[in-house]
Amino acid sequence: MIGKALRGRGFLRFMMVLAMVFLYAPIISIIVYSFNESQLVTVWSRFSTKWYGALIQDEQILRAAKISLEVAIMSATGALMVGTLTGYILTRFTRFKGRTMFSGMVMAPLVMPEIIMGISMLLLFVGMEQLFGWPHRDVQTIVIAHITFSTAFVSVVVQSRLQGIDVSVEEAAMDLGARPVTVFFLITLPLMIPALVSGWLLAFSLSLDDLVITAFVSGPGSTTLPMVIFSKVRLGLNPEINALATVVILFIGLVSGIGAFKGAFKSLGSKDAVADDNAVPVPVTN
Amino acid sequence: MKAATQLLCRLLPRQSRGWVIAGPYLWFLVFFLVPFVVVLKISLSTAEVAIPPYAPLFTFGDEGTLNLAMHFGNFAYIFSDPQYILAYLSSLHYAAGTAIITLMIGYPVAYAIATSKPNVRPMLLMLVIMPFWTSFLIRVYAWIGILKQNGLINNFLMSIGVIHEPLNILNNQFSIYVGMVYAYLPFMILPLYSNLEKMDHSLLEAASDLGAKPFRAFLSITLPLSLPGIVAGSLLVFIPAVGEYIIPTLLGGADTLTIGTVLWNEFFGNRDWPVASTVAVALIVLLVGPLMLLQHYQAKEGEKA
Repeated sequence: MIGKALRGRGFLRFMMVLAMVFLYAPIISIIVYSFNESQLVTVWSRFSTKWYGALIQDEQILRAAKISLEVAIMSATGALMVGTLTGYILTRFTRFKGRTMFSGMVMAPLVMPEIIMGISMLLLFVGMEQLFGWPHRDVQTIVIAHITFSTAFVSVVVQSRLQGIDVSVEEAAMDLGARPVTVFFLITLPLMIPALVSGWLLAFSLSLDDLVITAFVSGPGSTTLPMVIFSKVRLGLNPEINALATVVILFIGLVSGIGAFKGAFKSLGSKDAVADDNAVPVPVTN
Repeated sequence: MKAATQLLCRLLPRQSRGWVIAGPYLWFLVFFLVPFVVVLKISLSTAEVAIPPYAPLFTFGDEGTLNLAMHFGNFAYIFSDPQYILAYLSSLHYAAGTAIITLMIGYPVAYAIATSKPNVRPMLLMLVIMPFWTSFLIRVYAWIGILKQNGLINNFLMSIGVIHEPLNILNNQFSIYVGMVYAYLPFMILPLYSNLEKMDHSLLEAASDLGAKPFRAFLSITLPLSLPGIVAGSLLVFIPAVGEYIIPTLLGGADTLTIGTVLWNEFFGNRDWPVASTVAVALIVLLVGPLMLLQHYQAKEGEKA
């Protein structure tokens, strides 16, 4: 019986708890110590919200946060459009010339070291600016770079949703005389809405979080929030950063939590939980 | 299902299909593939005090001739300077070590999730994924407070009297490993889970009926069947970990050399774009094999699904 085969359950449970403590302890410690009054970040003195007060008066951080939000909204919207198309192409167009290369190019940013994507895109932008006088290095180059790497994530979510949609619904519409474009906008797109919502939210939080690629492609006037955080934490612990980190964790956690839970709750009812799980950030198919 | 998809493809007029594909295809050609060509081009150039800071590869001579100045010195340079060789070796070492440790932690966790009751699986998976979606930079930063001299671990161990002097566990290899394993653990658990979850449990029952002990059954059935998951997970950890920059910078010591930190310093510190590009090209060459292997495995998994 399976019960016998799982006699090691106690060990599994132990590893599970250990992994969860490992994954969550750092996040919790940041949140707890952001309310520490002491300048010495890890020595608890007493509860205080003074670092949050300092935070909302920090011009540099507020400016960077505004730029980051702008970039995140624009790039998530761009990634949603490109990602929906690529997801649709990769699931519905099973054969066309260069398909393998296409899927490779779309999915490679999921694993490609960020430092490589950062330097290569920067050199492209510099070369293009020399040749065509466009683009200048500022918010627009960051947005282009972010769209390029987060499209893969949107595409994965869209693909797993599309695989769950019955093609016969689309066929029926076509049999009744609807043109492919009409079918896409009236049938396929509405059925994809949950995936589109989580795709946008995931792209948004990825963009808000990115440091390495952004550091390469940004210009002098476009310092994002992770860049400010990084320049401060390189010098060591900083209680104000703990407060900022707590705000960012709660904000991104909320945003991606909504995106991910939509997928998780849906799959609760279905038999095939994995195929339907929008939140899995790893490409299961090519 | 497959026939239906093919029918759908045929129903779409060829031309409009082409237009639908062309847009995203062009985007990735221009912003993903061409950049690699540009990196290769710059790696064959030399640094100059100019804007941009490298010598042009093509110049036009007085009589309208096109001159091509290719310079392989950067490659000779990084292959002869021990600093770069060391950086490569230590990056490979950290990435491979991280893959092995995440496998040892991630396998039991993935197995535990895959064999838990179906109704708690989505929640357990969510718990694994959630940290991935909270800020990477901040999660790495949090370890400084945990590992430093008067950090949480040292304070705790000293207060209960286990140690009398703080342990040196920050800014060395150990802390880099902690950060890497921590950051990349979800990448290992997810592919392993999706592999183990699909496994046919009647095989284990059969083994047990034939008298195999649970551990024996695990070794001769579960482990071989989960090999694709192990390979996929290891590659998903290894590939991005080779180029990691943030973790060695924040948690490593001042003498930490990895490909990521060397590339960054050449680029931002020395402003030597050609050498930084050469380092990037060498890293890409290193990763071509693992990337193709990953693509191959995922294509196979995709066919099965």
